[in-house]
Amino acid sequence: MTTETLVPFDEAISRYDPVMGLEIHIELNTATKMFCGCPTEFGAEPNTQVCAVCLALPGALPVVNGKAVESAIRMGLALNCEIAEWCRFARKNYFYPDMPKNFQTSQYDEPIAFDGYVDVTLPEDGADGETFRIEIERAHMEEDTGKALHVGGSTGRIHGADFSLVDYNRAGIPLIEIVTRTIEVPPEKAPAVARAYVSYVRDLIGGLGVSDVRMDQGSLRADVNLSLKPKGSDVLGTRSETKNVNSFRSVERAVRFEISRHAGILDAGGTVVQETRHFQEDSGTTLSGREKSDADDYRYFPEPDLAPVSPSRDWVEELRATLPEPPAVRRARLQADWGFSDLDMRDTIGAGALDLIVATVEAGTTPQAAKKWWLGEMARRANETGRDLDALGITPTQVAEIQGLIDAKRINDKLARSVFDGVIAGEGTPEQVVVSRKLEVVSDDGALGAAVDRAIEGDPDAAAKIRSGNLGVAGALIGAVMKEMRGQADAGRVRELILEKLS
Amino acid sequence: MTDLTRKTADELAQSLASKDVSSVEVTQALVDRIDSVDGSIHAFLHVDAEGALATAADIDARRARGEQLSYLAGVPIAVKDVLATRGMPTTCGSKILDGWIPPYDATVTAHLKAAGLPILGKTNMDEFAMGSSTEHSAYGPTHNPWDTTRIPGGSGGGSAAAVAAFEAPLAIGTDTGGSIRQPGALTGTVGVKPTYGGVSRYGLVAMASSLDQAGPVTRTVLDAALLHELIAGHDPMDSTSIPDAVPAVVAAARRADVKGLRVGIVRELSGEGFQPGVQARFDEAVEQLASAGAEVVEVSIPSISYALGAYYLVMPSEASSNLAKFDAMRYGVRVPPAGVDDPSAEQVMASSRDAGFGDEVKRRIILGTYALSSGYYDAYYGSAQKVRTILARDFDAAFADVDVLVSPTSPTTAYPLGDKLDDPLAMYLGDIATIPANLVGIPGLSLPVGLADEDGLPVGLQFLAPQKADDRLYNAAAALEQLLEQKWGGTLLSRAPELKATR
Repeated sequence: MTTETLVPFDEAISRYDPVMGLEIHIELNTATKMFCGCPTEFGAEPNTQVCAVCLALPGALPVVNGKAVESAIRMGLALNCEIAEWCRFARKNYFYPDMPKNFQTSQYDEPIAFDGYVDVTLPEDGADGETFRIEIERAHMEEDTGKALHVGGSTGRIHGADFSLVDYNRAGIPLIEIVTRTIEVPPEKAPAVARAYVSYVRDLIGGLGVSDVRMDQGSLRADVNLSLKPKGSDVLGTRSETKNVNSFRSVERAVRFEISRHAGILDAGGTVVQETRHFQEDSGTTLSGREKSDADDYRYFPEPDLAPVSPSRDWVEELRATLPEPPAVRRARLQADWGFSDLDMRDTIGAGALDLIVATVEAGTTPQAAKKWWLGEMARRANETGRDLDALGITPTQVAEIQGLIDAKRINDKLARSVFDGVIAGEGTPEQVVVSRKLEVVSDDGALGAAVDRAIEGDPDAAAKIRSGNLGVAGALIGAVMKEMRGQADAGRVRELILEKLS
Repeated sequence: MTDLTRKTADELAQSLASKDVSSVEVTQALVDRIDSVDGSIHAFLHVDAEGALATAADIDARRARGEQLSYLAGVPIAVKDVLATRGMPTTCGSKILDGWIPPYDATVTAHLKAAGLPILGKTNMDEFAMGSSTEHSAYGPTHNPWDTTRIPGGSGGGSAAAVAAFEAPLAIGTDTGGSIRQPGALTGTVGVKPTYGGVSRYGLVAMASSLDQAGPVTRTVLDAALLHELIAGHDPMDSTSIPDAVPAVVAAARRADVKGLRVGIVRELSGEGFQPGVQARFDEAVEQLASAGAEVVEVSIPSISYALGAYYLVMPSEASSNLAKFDAMRYGVRVPPAGVDDPSAEQVMASSRDAGFGDEVKRRIILGTYALSSGYYDAYYGSAQKVRTILARDFDAAFADVDVLVSPTSPTTAYPLGDKLDDPLAMYLGDIATIPANLVGIPGLSLPVGLADEDGLPVGLQFLAPQKADDRLYNAAAALEQLLEQKWGGTLLSRAPELKATR
């Protein structure tokens, strides 16, 4: 393996312009698979959601899932695409053990949706920041493959593994692949635009309700295609295709890293290899995967087992009418409803917390409290672990429950952090964690009163000052009580008791 | 006692209905016949005497209780080994599926079971239906009951020979380029390829998805119609299945009236390459139709000269992809590569396919892989699809002037085993008359019209009709059948040599 010299990002973009293309795969949340009636639930026992069709037993035939076509059309419309009046599936032929038929049923030159666009702004530029138009070449329907698990070896990849297992539960799950045209933006903005685009598409598709759009569970997967061209040149460079990009933050980091890596190769007079690369979450780098070239021949041809799909124009218009409000309109409405400042809103969107706050508010929390947790405590945890907010292992409903415990004065903000720890560690519901970790604040005035008495006894000076009306020193006594109670007391009630006793 | 094995399905159905005979008696007679003569014919790859007799006993019991039964209930049938039969081996004549027991029934099989037809067993065929002689079966050839040194035609030589040798009154065949009709012609039996989409392909192990079609193999036109009506109809599991009602084929077979029927002789399917004895019987049969009041004209379908070429691009292309699923990963024979420690999945796939597929299958996979390759697609697969469009247009034009088209089914009578085994092109040419119907999706029927003077072997005449007009075939063929049998004073098969019992 050759050692690559990386050129610092700022230096790289002073000499080269990045050219990006993004491919997003979205798993639809249809109840059944793309071409058979098997359930699609995530996380089932391996090879329990399979049948003759998705295992490609001899003689079995596919039938298109009408709901998936509907979802694809709605998605195409949301992406401002044209919807094909007539289109077909095609077979993409290659041998791989996780693909039962040894071809993937996909769409090739006749996608269901094409020629669309989305306009994205960078959260850090604020509401009136520059808009970047990302052109959508196509959105097409296809099926997912099975999942190979490589056992043994240190990397979890096929190389060095002792043996491999295949789970076909995922084989045949409906996918929509959204392909952009080449994206050329001011070089310094490229990583952020890539991130903003993926985030925008997540919100847009999430709003349609056709997918869970969870990057951590693989229901939204982004591939970053990138090449560099020397400034002033029209000649496109060789591209790399980076996969395994599992968070918005990783999209941005992958683009930055690939720009630095390509520049290093080009500066040294080398040639960029056309290949698939895998993003490494821990190091923020990419590693070489399968070498790929235009010589890869998938022998596409129209799928003869499936009838063409020809959605009527009336149906397309009916579906257009079901589209939810566009994200920009929705954001403006939410900002007004919640009373957030522009800055609040920018932070919320930048952190990918919009839908989480919506859900938390729906579960009964005030917008301010929801924002406090998601942009404070949760954002901190997300940063520390390099994960997206929705992948932390805590749901908006649980956050709302914890806030409810605070509102009921059963715990305080400080104890809440321990409840978060417990819930994320899988110790149960917030209520169960409070009980098992014995976090409930002491509200028994007797026990609290005894602690207050001891605090007054231990600091007669402060007690005297309070008696003479200098309430500013009450904090010292409250602190002593809280310390004795190991934080499990309602500080407001402690203050009341101290003032009562010293009045 | 009359020989039950000589009776037609219609006669048996009547005797069963009137309780003159039981299904167990009929089934046992046929099982005995198979036991006695199949040693010299080898029509069957698998005989399920126990299962067939159990079904027969069940039908007899239900009939005794006065249950309403299907017309063909209790009439035994043989099924080509390319259709999935739950719990019964299905090899497709290939070593690669040796030992595979399908966990599900093809839709055709399900229809037969629902109607209570005892399934005698699975019939021999060219491997994956690739061949015109049944010599490409991995389990050895089938012999023609008229002359056991000769081929029975193919790929469905087993089904045709079983019916011709009185081992079954009915059989199911499949026809991708003539595999029902050509063996029908060569064994003196009736074979019908219905309109594409008329009979469900679900559970039919595909050779070429856009060409394959299952259909009846019988000794009389009426029997074929009865079986056709039973297996046809829309199937939601096959998206290429026609939603329309099944044409009234039984009524048409009973009508048998050609007065005023416009019959077109296909000019391109005669003359050079057609055996004189075949041409003579064909010409006489057409005269019979004319004498019964049909208006006979000659029509031209110029693009027919491109049909064979187009077929040998479309068929292998689809086959190369359809057969990719046989990779030893999920089912079928697994043969690890010799002398390789710790082989990779890819190596096991390659060695299993090398060991499991025969030469003809490999030849077609290679042809198809080549034809679909990038850079060749337009010239080969693309051009072939254009030929199909032009051919369909030419047939449409012909059917504007005539009701049915006629030609000899096969240019020759049955040739000796081994004769064309080393000359694939010569063998392919034998399908010249049957292939066009598959390329354009129209129905075709082969009827025995006599014995060739030079060799005393059966000759078949093919009727073709427009899509979804299968009833026209039955009307015309039943009329001609009556005229010929009056002339002969019996059936053609009654003139076949008596087979010697081998045990």
